[in-house]
Amino acid sequence: MISQECGNCAAVEQSVILADIKERYDTTMKENPLSFQLKLRPEDFLPASEEEKQSQVIMRESVSFWKDGMRRLRRNKVAMVSLVVIVLVMIFSFIVPMFYPYSYKDQIKGANSLAPMEYSAEEQARIDAGEKVFPHVFGTDKMGRDYAIRVMMGSRISLLVGLVATGIILIIGSAYGSIAAFFGGWVDLVMMRIVDIIYTIPDILLIVLLSFALKDPLGRLATVPGFHWLNTVGENLVSIFVVFALLYWVGMARMVRSQVLMLKESEYVTAARALGVGNGRIIRKHLLTNCIGTLIVTTTLQIPSSIFTESFLSFLGMGVAVPLPSLGSLASDALNGINTYPYLLFIPAVLISLIILSFNLLGDGLRDAFDPKLKN
Amino acid sequence: MFKYIVKRILLAVVTIWAVATLTFFLMNLVPGGPFLSEKAISPQAQAALEAKYGLDKPMSQRYVNYMMGALHGDFGDSLKQRGRTVMSIISMKFPVSARVGGISVLVALILGIPLGSIAALKRGKPADSIISVIATCGIAVPSFVICTVLMYFVGVKLGLLPTMGLESAKHYVMPVIALSFYPTAYIMRLMRSSMLDVLGQDYMRTARAKGLAGGKILFKHALRNAILPVVTYVGPMLAYTITGSFVVEKIFVIPGLGGEFIKAINGRDYTLIMGTTIFLATLVIVMNVVVDIVYKLVDPRIKLK
Repeated sequence: MISQECGNCAAVEQSVILADIKERYDTTMKENPLSFQLKLRPEDFLPASEEEKQSQVIMRESVSFWKDGMRRLRRNKVAMVSLVVIVLVMIFSFIVPMFYPYSYKDQIKGANSLAPMEYSAEEQARIDAGEKVFPHVFGTDKMGRDYAIRVMMGSRISLLVGLVATGIILIIGSAYGSIAAFFGGWVDLVMMRIVDIIYTIPDILLIVLLSFALKDPLGRLATVPGFHWLNTVGENLVSIFVVFALLYWVGMARMVRSQVLMLKESEYVTAARALGVGNGRIIRKHLLTNCIGTLIVTTTLQIPSSIFTESFLSFLGMGVAVPLPSLGSLASDALNGINTYPYLLFIPAVLISLIILSFNLLGDGLRDAFDPKLKN
Repeated sequence: MFKYIVKRILLAVVTIWAVATLTFFLMNLVPGGPFLSEKAISPQAQAALEAKYGLDKPMSQRYVNYMMGALHGDFGDSLKQRGRTVMSIISMKFPVSARVGGISVLVALILGIPLGSIAALKRGKPADSIISVIATCGIAVPSFVICTVLMYFVGVKLGLLPTMGLESAKHYVMPVIALSFYPTAYIMRLMRSSMLDVLGQDYMRTARAKGLAGGKILFKHALRNAILPVVTYVGPMLAYTITGSFVVEKIFVIPGLGGEFIKAINGRDYTLIMGTTIFLATLVIVMNVVVDIVYKLVDPRIKLK
């Protein structure tokens, strides 16, 4: 590269080279008009001037994988709307309860089965006396608990289950799938047969048996110092996480396996191996990073499926423990009074459908943005 | 082909054995037992009951006994429903679930395949948008929501259809709608995406270029290729659906296998749990083998190995 101070020497150098070329070649050679030869002149071989070099500078910043994907995602209106809905639901379930005057487990005396925006006799008397009473926006349930806060807590539990369980599934599934595919041969055969077996056992059986089996050890663990948080979270919720972790990674493992099977034949893997990179590092740094698109998409689509399963379990009475609500258990409790209090059923039902729908649509948008090969 | 099927069947037997073994030990390791929950049972009576069903023996011996029995087709007596064998319970409950489930799968296929194909053929047109919206919403609504909403509006408010039991054809309508909702939406999505994929293939252009009639192109070339993913999905789905949905059977009070299974698990009816699990596992595995063979029939390019 020619520096600024030596502009002169460059010009001198250029003229020397030009003279040299003229000396060596006969530039007046006759050209055949039909010739396919490139029409080269000696000047073409000169070092580039400053202006010419400028044209080679890349004006636009290079777009990284993330930026490119995010740009495509931002242009997808459906996905952005679902993202906004998800954020709103998260605010509704994580932040609003902190400022809410009622608690999800407190039974308000005389306020059983109120309709939305209705007040109990006592509360009405307080309002008449000039006091301000926060309205029961969604009414109360038959035990006199404010339903709005229960719905908020329920969606908090559902979201938590969805997110945490998906995180566990992502870790186990991607590790298992990539190891099976990377080592291949009998390792792959044995590992995938295990997947088949887990796939074949009815999941409801495993869920019930495991949650019973985990109850005792978790209860004992909760008394150990440092594990007291287990009591606040609830054994059932923890056992749901464990069960999800043990059961639902198989889909993710299959997905990652099929990707890694394809990627492990790539040249960069051979190159890495030639450089002496260890197996673990190849899997982490080369294979898993290269299926990041698939991982993002599968993870996002796994969240609604986890929420779906949790609500289904809670509906059957196998989910979170009372008095902690989840959207599924709220719907299940409301089923008995469906004739008189249908809104108790419809509020959690609509909310859970909305959450699942938004995550699905966001997942579709992410797939179009980060993994266009899978589009349609 | 023959060799392949034999190999698959052997592998299936091993898988069923593994599932049975895993279930047996897991089930027995979990605290609780079939006779604990019964009220006011004297220790002697409990010991007698356990002795009668061989529950007093060590676990390994029980495992060997059970497996030997199962090999001879004897799945034992139910521990909770006295005097009835596991086989008789399954053969009584399974047809109920299978009828509801079978009709639902049929409905899902009849609706899902044509609608998905139409969406792909009319890509970007209003028909496509409507079908895609329905399909997206369909996979987002849990079955218990559909069940309860149907029950409230159709069953209770309008009083059009009965809400419980399975006595007449009318009783089937709501459970079938509830059960086929998700698979229909899923098949529509699958069909649409695989059809779009097939429509972009070179052989489609060739078929059109050589002047084949539209119908022939659609049925001989497009549909036959596009249906493969649906076949993969429908196989295991059929097995799960005909063995009974827990939610739908609970809400519509259908005396099927799904509800029986939940009852067996909660009551620790060990023999019934084992019988039902083996039954379900066998169905799922058989369906997977059938799917592979159907694959071969639908698409001769696929080589089974």
